Amino acid sequence: MDKYVCNVCGYVYDPAEGDPDNGVNPGTAFEDLPEDWVCPICGASKEEFSKEE
Amino acid sequence: MAAIEVAPGIYNVGAVDWNIRDFHGYSTHRGSTYNAFLVIDDKIALIDTVKKEFADTLLENISQVVDPKKINYMISNHAEMDHSGSLPRIMHKIGEDKPLYVSKMGQKNLSMHFPQNWHYHAVENGETLKLGKRTLTFLETRMMHWPDSMFTFDAEDGILFSSDAFGQHYAGPEKFDDELGDAIMPHAAKYFANILLLYSEKIKKVIDAVSEQGLKFRTICPDHGIIWRSDPKRIIDAYVRWSRHEPTGKAVVVYDSMWHSTERMAEIIAEGLTEQGITARPMSLKHHDRSDVMTEILEAGAIVVGSPTLNNNVFPTVMDLLVYMKGLRPRNKIGAAFGSYGWSGESVSHVRKALEEMKFDMIEPGLKVQYVPDEKSLDECREFGRKIGQALNQRLA
Repeated sequence: MDKYVCNVCGYVYDPAEGDPDNGVNPGTAFEDLPEDWVCPICGASKEEFSKEE
Repeated sequence: MAAIEVAPGIYNVGAVDWNIRDFHGYSTHRGSTYNAFLVIDDKIALIDTVKKEFADTLLENISQVVDPKKINYMISNHAEMDHSGSLPRIMHKIGEDKPLYVSKMGQKNLSMHFPQNWHYHAVENGETLKLGKRTLTFLETRMMHWPDSMFTFDAEDGILFSSDAFGQHYAGPEKFDDELGDAIMPHAAKYFANILLLYSEKIKKVIDAVSEQGLKFRTICPDHGIIWRSDPKRIIDAYVRWSRHEPTGKAVVVYDSMWHSTERMAEIIAEGLTEQGITARPMSLKHHDRSDVMTEILEAGAIVVGSPTLNNNVFPTVMDLLVYMKGLRPRNKIGAAFGSYGWSGESVSHVRKALEEMKFDMIEPGLKVQYVPDEKSLDECREFGRKIGQALNQRLA
């Protein structure tokens, strides 16, 4: 599963870690994050993320 | 303010804003400063500018040291208008074609503030700029506290130009930490609590990255307030501590009141907390603004919020605080809700829900008193305070 980077603040979403503080279990692919999920650091929406090169 | 020499060849040419009392909703009881730094070497660089209305002061201060036209490089560490507002005047004066050094997000964000087609140079993290005997290094510090934020480091003099980080809203005759001693720390804490708290995770990483790069700085020059030249470690250590959200044996009982009932409850709850050895402070929102309350919340282990019920809802000033506090993301807090009401009493459950959403560990149930607290109700308030105090003592044990 690919990692995704927030274009605004540089936070990296790692599917292996998920985002447990916001109810996202480890092992959740970026594509499977709910549409209203936002960057846990800066609050940017999913559309602001790009696949990590 | 006149130009102030920070080190040989390095000057603070910024402005003092003695009279500002409301900085976008943050009370600045002692005003503020907008620091900008002139670095004189074979080439001359200006780091940051000041609020638009202080552009004349900035230009006068630069002129005391050097003809502004001789500035070779403009460096913008942060796009927010208290630091970028004078860019149009400065660029016009020094020459519109002079390179403007920014982070990548800095270029993006400045271009959404100013229509000018400046000669932007967006730096890579760690990129350097040689001025002569000095070489400046640029460090990306996104979200400390905007996406564009960066630091500029001068290894020759050991000076970190840290943008808003490590700043304080303080205007005074003192310009350096050694001139103020301990008295500066509450201002630095207020700045952290109200501007940076929500980016604690990022701050830990930035401080680690700065240490890893082996940047040996003797002086930190923030864009607001005094310069840390005698003991920069002191503010770094405080940032490390604050960003860990470690609770202390301190509680804030914050409330508003319509007919003194919720106020009376707050005072007695605070007494119950005090009985448990907790430093408890009742804070009325009529007398303390949200940013002063937030400063107290920074190191507190328990946050006890009281609201009367008004029109079946939370009292507006309490809602203001809840919205503000939620955005700043305090962590590791024990939370509790209380309040007086007339006939419906919704406020306490609404406050409780808001604190739960902030992931506070709640003392259940909240405490409600109808109309005016009698002796029995006041005993319940005291017991409520004791219970919160016990929970906090257990956490600290």
